[in-house]
Amino acid sequence: MSSFFEIFDIYLLEAVLNGILLGGLLALLALGLNLIFGVIDVTWICYAELVMIGMYGMYYLVQYYGLSYYAAAPIAILLVAALGALLHLLVIAPLLSAAPINQLLATGGVLFVLQSFATVAFGIDFRNLGIRLPLLTLGDMHLSYSRLLAFAAALIGMVVVYLFMTRTFTGTAIRAIAQDRQIMALMGVDAKKIYVVTSALGGALAGLAACLLVLQYDVHPFVGLSFGPITFLICVLGGLGNFVGGFVAAFLFAEIISLGGLFSDLEWGYVLAFAFFIVMMFIRPAGLLARRS
Amino acid sequence: MTLRPTSLNLIAGLVLIALPFVYRDPYHLHILILILIWSFAYTSWAVMGRFGLVSLGHGGFMGVGAYVTVLLWNHFGLSPWLGIPIALACAGLLALVVAYPCFRFRITGHYFALVTLALSGIVLQVITATRNHTGGSLGITPERTKGSHIWALQFDDKIVWYLIALGVWAGGLLIWSWIDRSMGRYAMEAISEDEDAAAAAGVNVTAQKLRITVISALMTAMAGAIYAQYQMFISPDTVSGIGISLQMVFAAVVGGIYVALGPTVGAIITILLAEVLRIGFGTKAVGWDNLVYGVLLVVFIIFLPKGILGSLLSSISTRSKRQNG
Repeated sequence: MSSFFEIFDIYLLEAVLNGILLGGLLALLALGLNLIFGVIDVTWICYAELVMIGMYGMYYLVQYYGLSYYAAAPIAILLVAALGALLHLLVIAPLLSAAPINQLLATGGVLFVLQSFATVAFGIDFRNLGIRLPLLTLGDMHLSYSRLLAFAAALIGMVVVYLFMTRTFTGTAIRAIAQDRQIMALMGVDAKKIYVVTSALGGALAGLAACLLVLQYDVHPFVGLSFGPITFLICVLGGLGNFVGGFVAAFLFAEIISLGGLFSDLEWGYVLAFAFFIVMMFIRPAGLLARRS
Repeated sequence: MTLRPTSLNLIAGLVLIALPFVYRDPYHLHILILILIWSFAYTSWAVMGRFGLVSLGHGGFMGVGAYVTVLLWNHFGLSPWLGIPIALACAGLLALVVAYPCFRFRITGHYFALVTLALSGIVLQVITATRNHTGGSLGITPERTKGSHIWALQFDDKIVWYLIALGVWAGGLLIWSWIDRSMGRYAMEAISEDEDAAAAAGVNVTAQKLRITVISALMTAMAGAIYAQYQMFISPDTVSGIGISLQMVFAAVVGGIYVALGPTVGAIITILLAEVLRIGFGTKAVGWDNLVYGVLLVVFIIFLPKGILGSLLSSISTRSKRQNG
């Protein structure tokens, strides 16, 4: 009986740790989306598809052009950042004064475009980088090295964004716009330029997430659907535009998925997470950390 | 635009009913049936979408309608005649459970769209997770009946299905025009303009929104059930999930969500486009139809937010200098 509990605890601990590692990645995804929402007041439904394009970028850079992983990553990040800026200029900018729901639907159209572009251009085969990182063994626990790397890189990425937002002029302007978009124009801040910079930054975060996800998952045109919805739920749960809330919600979600998956199938972990989300909408409709009005 | 029992509508109806008896090409009939079923589904979405309640969860309702009906038939031998009402009840209940807190706590716009997105995610994951009963992502086929075809709601004759689909579609349009003429429409329009003002004017915001959401969910579940019975195969990709939810929004917006026949026009355009590309390019066309849809959706939202039919009708009515309702 005692041996049963030992094994059980080891699995539990492993699941908790894996949850934390997953949480780092989800927090990174949520950060990009929250940034866009907080500053431009737009939800990019196609955010996960930008990540998907970034994953394909990594795949082709590494497999076809023979670049090393670390040389390919900055290129992929720049590529997705450019895509983000382009998305803003082509789709969001003409709709800035339209109803918010139209902006949401237009990015939904972009989701279709990116998915089917990937289908047409890259085919529907599952592809992977062919890089297999070793498993780390701590006692009886097995942790994947790629997850650890992703966690560390996600944390570093978030710290860099934090420093950018607090220590640079552009970052300060971005935070100011998020607080009051009317007044900032009077203060001599070019809102249009800030929006493009923010979109590129959001894209760069998606690109970073792509570089990390491609280590763990195969790429296919519909891969975005497997983590896109989760990312939106995390942002809503944390309160759209609330960076800290999104961070907390990402780890909560990751733990629910990881622990739920321990006791049953992985899908039930997701079902639990979704159900938790809907229950939380009853209790805290404006987000986890929102004060009750 | 309201539908009145004018002679024009009557003639159009008779022509549509007579069509399969005159023209029997099975492939074209099949396309027509699909167009009618999906038109009904898109109309169901637009019933609430036109009031600014943008749901990305209708794939969930459609999945519930299709799966509950088929599972009851396969596992309990319950006829779809009983199974469909039960499926509708499930979808209605689901709509209530999700929509009530949303409306009670004033979750609107982006938030509402994302909460409903969670709903379609849940339904999809539950279908996949219970793969021992639902077939998971491989899909499920309703068992062929050994007894009465009517009892099993399974017909080999496409004409029967055409008439059923036509009836359901016409029913959808009737519900649309009933809502259009009801007081609820004015209440909903007031709510979509300004919730606080509507509430101050004595509109029960939560109840009105709930009513329209449940109607829309019931219709969508019905579309799912009819689709399952006709196609005799359902999978999460074809009746549920986020892809279907977005497809509904897309087709309805392209056709026009403010006019009764807008979603139907959207269905005609999208299905014909997919078929033409499929026939013209074969397997090479995989993905192209969605690429065209996506570009169209973005272009429409930016330049023609009223949709094809809506823009057409309003340009006709301004030209003839009539009041544009």
